Amino acid sequence: MSNFSVSTSPHIYDKSTTSRIMLDVLIALIPALIASILIFGARAALVTAVCVASCIIFEWAFLKIVKKPNAITDFSACITGVLLAFNLPVTIPLWQAVFGSAVAIILVKQLFGGLGKNFANPAITARVVMFLAFSVTMTTWVNPVDGITGATPLALIGRGEVAALPGIWDMFIGMRGGSLGETSNLALLLGGAYLLIRRVISWHVPVAFIAVVFLCTAILGQEPVHQIFGGGLFLGAIFMATDYVTSPTTNKGRFIFGIGCGLFTVLFRLYSSYPEGVSFAILLMNILTPYINKFTMSKPLGGVKS
Amino acid sequence: MLLKKIKGVFPPHNKNTQFCKARFLPLPAEVCIPMSMHSGTPAKPVVKMGDEVKVGQLIGEAAGFVSAPIHASVSGVVKSINDRDMITGKKATSITIASDGKQELHEGIKLPKANTLQEFLDAVRDSGSAGLGGAGFPTAAKLTIKDIDKLDYILINGAECEPYVTSDTRTMVGGAEYVHQGVQLLKRFINPKKVVICIEDNKLEAINKMKELFDGDDQVDIFILPSMYPQGERKVLVYNVTGRIVPEGARLHDVGCLVMNCTTITVFARYFKLGIPLVQKVVTVDGTAVRTPKNLIAPIGTPIKELFEFCDGFVGEPKKIIAGGPMMGTSLPSLDVPVVKTTNAILAFLEKDVKMPKVTACIKCGRCIGRCPMSLMPVQIEAAYDMKKLELLELHKVNMCVACGCCAYICPAKRPLVQVMQLSKDLLWTEKAAQKAAAQRATEQKAKEGVAI
Repeated sequence: MSNFSVSTSPHIYDKSTTSRIMLDVLIALIPALIASILIFGARAALVTAVCVASCIIFEWAFLKIVKKPNAITDFSACITGVLLAFNLPVTIPLWQAVFGSAVAIILVKQLFGGLGKNFANPAITARVVMFLAFSVTMTTWVNPVDGITGATPLALIGRGEVAALPGIWDMFIGMRGGSLGETSNLALLLGGAYLLIRRVISWHVPVAFIAVVFLCTAILGQEPVHQIFGGGLFLGAIFMATDYVTSPTTNKGRFIFGIGCGLFTVLFRLYSSYPEGVSFAILLMNILTPYINKFTMSKPLGGVKS
Repeated sequence: MLLKKIKGVFPPHNKNTQFCKARFLPLPAEVCIPMSMHSGTPAKPVVKMGDEVKVGQLIGEAAGFVSAPIHASVSGVVKSINDRDMITGKKATSITIASDGKQELHEGIKLPKANTLQEFLDAVRDSGSAGLGGAGFPTAAKLTIKDIDKLDYILINGAECEPYVTSDTRTMVGGAEYVHQGVQLLKRFINPKKVVICIEDNKLEAINKMKELFDGDDQVDIFILPSMYPQGERKVLVYNVTGRIVPEGARLHDVGCLVMNCTTITVFARYFKLGIPLVQKVVTVDGTAVRTPKNLIAPIGTPIKELFEFCDGFVGEPKKIIAGGPMMGTSLPSLDVPVVKTTNAILAFLEKDVKMPKVTACIKCGRCIGRCPMSLMPVQIEAAYDMKKLELLELHKVNMCVACGCCAYICPAKRPLVQVMQLSKDLLWTEKAAQKAAAQRATEQKAKEGVAI
């Protein structure tokens, strides 16, 4: 008897794989990582390393305990680690960063079934949990220019201290207070361009998200340039809101998702007691994703309503 | 006019045999001809063991309307009639003929005469023609439709969007006169407003040949399609060429179109010219395991093993044998199956080229949705199938899946989506049949009770 392999068609496959996509995202995060080290110093690298290592260890340990196949090689835990670190102040106590990683990987990702099954973005949710749990350390910002503790641009705007804001160029390249990976909009844009070129993400979420924040804050009498460069918008719009698992699957749905993220961000920024709202907005839209999917079903070619 | 662009994938073309003229395969010692090479009812054997047969002699007669006659492809003696494995994986009654090496034509062969549509259809049926694009639907049955004279378009499908396969291309180049003849017959007896010959833009030789042949013919258009898989899928083709959408459940002629494979029309054209029915087939032999890829003209029933042997065998141990193209073809468990009417290619691949990829979790990237030519949502269908939610499967129109494989091809997690689609269709079908049977029983029960009262 011959030993031919028999399977369903197709018999050839595209080269892209899940781990290649994840690797592309990691590559796209490198400019922002370099920028964060240049801006905030070596501790930025330390915090990132701690988050990545603990995410990987938690994922490995969890899968080991529940006797599931090892999935570390898909790099998804690495991305969660990097993104979580990027959302933390550079001064965060390391044990808190480890705690955040546990929340992201165990509570948000693995308890829901692991990669592809979680309904909320692990890094975003972990950041929100940490923000509520460690409200002091999570809102202690270092101003990279003078090295002393200061406020983020959005907090300054909230308090009406517009005169104390850094210049637009400084804000764009990241010389301002904020989470360690969010400040350099330039580096994040470079990463975003790479993801677009590699077709890992489509333009729909980031463009809709950023445009809505720009337009709405302008209409509501804010300085829109400060609003898009001063907070975590680029990090959120390019890397967090585009997470495949927790965002809609069609381009139409993605566009709506981006608009929703933008509207909630503006709402939280301008009307809540918190200066920033990107992570809350994304988390909220994550919850709405199944409904967006339901209402943006693609229409089959020639399909008749049943 | 086209609001929606049909999506697809771009696998490497690998049309290595594009310029290889079709050559005759040396006569096999015996052929094994299955009685169900077409879709529909299998043909009924009309010869018995020990009978002498000649090329073109009827050996299986069409059994019913959706069926096709089958003819001897070699001259010789009927060695056996029994169930044998086929390319599809099923078994079928097959007639094995030991060749006498003479290839004598059957004395009954004569040119068909046709002056009316009915006579034309009868001749098409007698030619043994079936949809050679792969479906194998008997051509005469396909053309027997109401209001056929009101047809707007007959699309001659020469897209050949599957990688590797070039037998249609070679038919359009080497057998161009028969394509021409076939189109003339369709014009004469069916007379659609337009006959459109559709070819992908990577087949310049075929395009130029067709342009040359139909130069000055207002009724015939040559339509050049961009090379994208699955351009040759019939609903995709109708949409891309005419802009018409075939509604779910409707047939192509409901929107005034008919799609015929370019090789199919050469079958009855040849029959009208020579009187010889469908007894041989151009087959592309290629794949990374094949030493010298070729296009071969093989008698129907030739064991595929002999085609590989004539291509100087294998460069290494083949791991996967595929009948048809790599996107929709069937993988074969052995080399002992025969070439049938619908065989357009047989491919052999080395292990390194057909390693089964590791299946990982769906990350909901939505690429399957972006590439589905039918605009279905494979990601949602798979989720619905996992939960066995029939109403969701119906909502997402899994029944409209054409099994082209774009979703599985593009999936970064390598989910076996084509398999899931097929299982979903089966699940829906069995469930519906069960419901119908239950309803039937209920009405019968009621009727009985009614009688009792």
